[in-house]
Amino acid sequence: MTRLDATRIRAVVRKELLDYRRKRSIVVSMVLLPILFLVEPVVSIFVANPVESTSALDNFVVLPLLYMLLIAVIMPSTLAAFTVVGERDQGTLEPLLTTPLREQEFIVGKAAAVVIPSVILSYLVYGLFLGAVALFARARMANAVFHNGPTLLALFLFAPLVTGWSVVVGMAVSVRASEVRVAQQLGTLASLPIVGVVLLLAIGVIHPTFLIAIEFAVGLLLIDVVTLRAVSRMFDRERLVTGTKATRR
Amino acid sequence: MRERRIAVKTLLASGAIQFPDVGCERLDHMATTSTLRLARAPRLSSHSDRVRTWHVVIDGVDVGSIPNQRTLEFSVEPGEHRLRVRSTPYLCSPEVVFEAAAGKETRFICHPRSLSPLIVTRWLVWLLISLVRHDLWIELKPDNSNASDAGVTRVATPASSSHGEPDADATPSSPPGAFAGLRVVTSSMAPVRPGTNSTSALVVNNLTKRFGERTAFSDVSFEVGYGEVFGFLGPNGAGKTTTVRTLGTLIAPTSGSATVAGIPLSLENGVEIRQRIAIMPESPGLYLRLTVTENLEYFAGLYGQRDAKLRIGQALEAVNLSDRALDLCGGLSKGLRQRVGFARTLLSDPAILFLDEPTSGLDPVASLEVHNLIIGLRERGVTIFLTTHRLDEAEKLCDRVAFLNTTLRTVGRTADLRDQLFKRSLVVKTLAPITDPDQLFARVPAVEDWRSDGPSSYVLTVSDPEAAAPDVTRNLVNDGADVLFIGESQHSLEDVYLELIDDDVEFRQP
Repeated sequence: MTRLDATRIRAVVRKELLDYRRKRSIVVSMVLLPILFLVEPVVSIFVANPVESTSALDNFVVLPLLYMLLIAVIMPSTLAAFTVVGERDQGTLEPLLTTPLREQEFIVGKAAAVVIPSVILSYLVYGLFLGAVALFARARMANAVFHNGPTLLALFLFAPLVTGWSVVVGMAVSVRASEVRVAQQLGTLASLPIVGVVLLLAIGVIHPTFLIAIEFAVGLLLIDVVTLRAVSRMFDRERLVTGTKATRR
Repeated sequence: MRERRIAVKTLLASGAIQFPDVGCERLDHMATTSTLRLARAPRLSSHSDRVRTWHVVIDGVDVGSIPNQRTLEFSVEPGEHRLRVRSTPYLCSPEVVFEAAAGKETRFICHPRSLSPLIVTRWLVWLLISLVRHDLWIELKPDNSNASDAGVTRVATPASSSHGEPDADATPSSPPGAFAGLRVVTSSMAPVRPGTNSTSALVVNNLTKRFGERTAFSDVSFEVGYGEVFGFLGPNGAGKTTTVRTLGTLIAPTSGSATVAGIPLSLENGVEIRQRIAIMPESPGLYLRLTVTENLEYFAGLYGQRDAKLRIGQALEAVNLSDRALDLCGGLSKGLRQRVGFARTLLSDPAILFLDEPTSGLDPVASLEVHNLIIGLRERGVTIFLTTHRLDEAEKLCDRVAFLNTTLRTVGRTADLRDQLFKRSLVVKTLAPITDPDQLFARVPAVEDWRSDGPSSYVLTVSDPEAAAPDVTRNLVNDGADVLFIGESQHSLEDVYLELIDDDVEFRQP
């Protein structure tokens, strides 16, 4: 197994984060999307009926989870779709490939640069929601949120894992796509299965228990790892530079 | 002393990575200075090339950096000097004191201290040891492997941090701190593997690349020596860029073999090869939303360099961009971006620098700046592989050139190629046309043939222009011709190029 160089991966992550900060559209989407997804649950704390039905309480618990997971799925898919084909479009891929950077280091660095802010934002949004609940929600509502172990576990396990899925699928598309726009559209499409699972959770088809949460988490982790390895193999320098599939001797 | 070191810099030559001072300065001081030759060897038990560049400190001053498996040569003034090699600001070698004798060479070799007795927990043990003895990390000792060489000063192995015994021939000590210059003299410590030629930076044997049915280049063979500027010429679509990409491990060859910086070309060796070379593609490919420094920091990180700030500073100084370090690359002109691209290639201190049409699309002033940069690197002995279809550029910059048009047409020095392709000739210009040139030139035995090159201009084929010119002049004057000009015809590289390409066109015609 190839040993990855942490210095090079760090360099990729640092540069990517710096680049995001300088790109207004990314900054705006990173700020706006979480705000939009935070507004509804927080408002619902104040407008909720004092005597809520059980199903309404369930919604109150699960909807913020849904929003948080949607942040973890939607935001990284567009960023990940840009990673390889975007570099190629702006002419920076070839100089990058002339350095000692390995394919795996490139993939891991790029993936980490997308996963880290996405997960942080997801946790931040849910953290703000929890804070608002703790400060302003009625006792019954707060109780429903804070005494729901499986949901919280699912939340903390799923956020990085669904982000990982979204990123690796987005990168797989990016490695093969011919232009950025196509990659972003396909990347968004590819994240739909995860959105579907999140919806099933939200509408109560899947009731999260500790066991289900852990089974889902393990399954997602396996899928993420396998897909990441597949993306590394799909990363063909020759095809990326010349547009022609490599011919091995 | 530092002021002195800086004072000998020239604008171009001064800042390049690892070569803070100018070679010509060193030549001026040859008679009165001494040479310190420092080689860096890899750890004997390992062939891994995790390159951390070490810093060379002479008399307490950081005088440059030494990459793995390279040899540096410093000019120092005669007298006693202190030498130390540092891996980090903390981990270093013991300080060795040596006596430099005028006109003599002192050799040292440094390498990571062997860790073999402590295999199991070596890093932990070494980290603990380092807390107490930070100067054990690197072994620095006299290199007596060529002790019989004339001009080599033997230096006694110093006890830890103690003074060495001065050489018998050493001149009386002068005040320490007389660093005079630094240049790379060889890469002789580049890994030598079976079947490779360590004296050549680049060895290419029958290399071929096909994309399906299309052949990019075929059966290409040549060698490039260390320190050579090698021009790779050819028309558009000749396969120049594909050759560079192949040698740079971006794409795999279909057949043939090559050795790049001492390492056999293969996908498995890709990282190791790319660690030792730098490629500047036709377009510099900068991140336009990042500043110049941020772009360079990124690439320094990709080369795993820990002394990035120092190197970036030197690289920017070398390309005259220190004052634009904080500018966004998106705001730079094309010429300036090209210079940033150059600075980026200098970061890794490459054994071979591949420049793919570096002046393409640049205005004459920006092109001249790029030429000056290349000349500066050539003066320091950097091996440069320059692809271009600008023949004036190749003629000005290259020691040898190769013409590629899918297959390699020829390789050689420009002058040799001219001699091979063109017979020597005299150009004669007269005020009025000669009445009977046939009869006139037939009288001169040295003239083998002649042709008209305009109404009163003639090109005479001769074997020895210097011998033939007086005879031709005499005959012209005797016939009453007013001679305006007589001189040897100079064929440019363009003539060579066109001749070779014409051959190809003729060859391809049915």
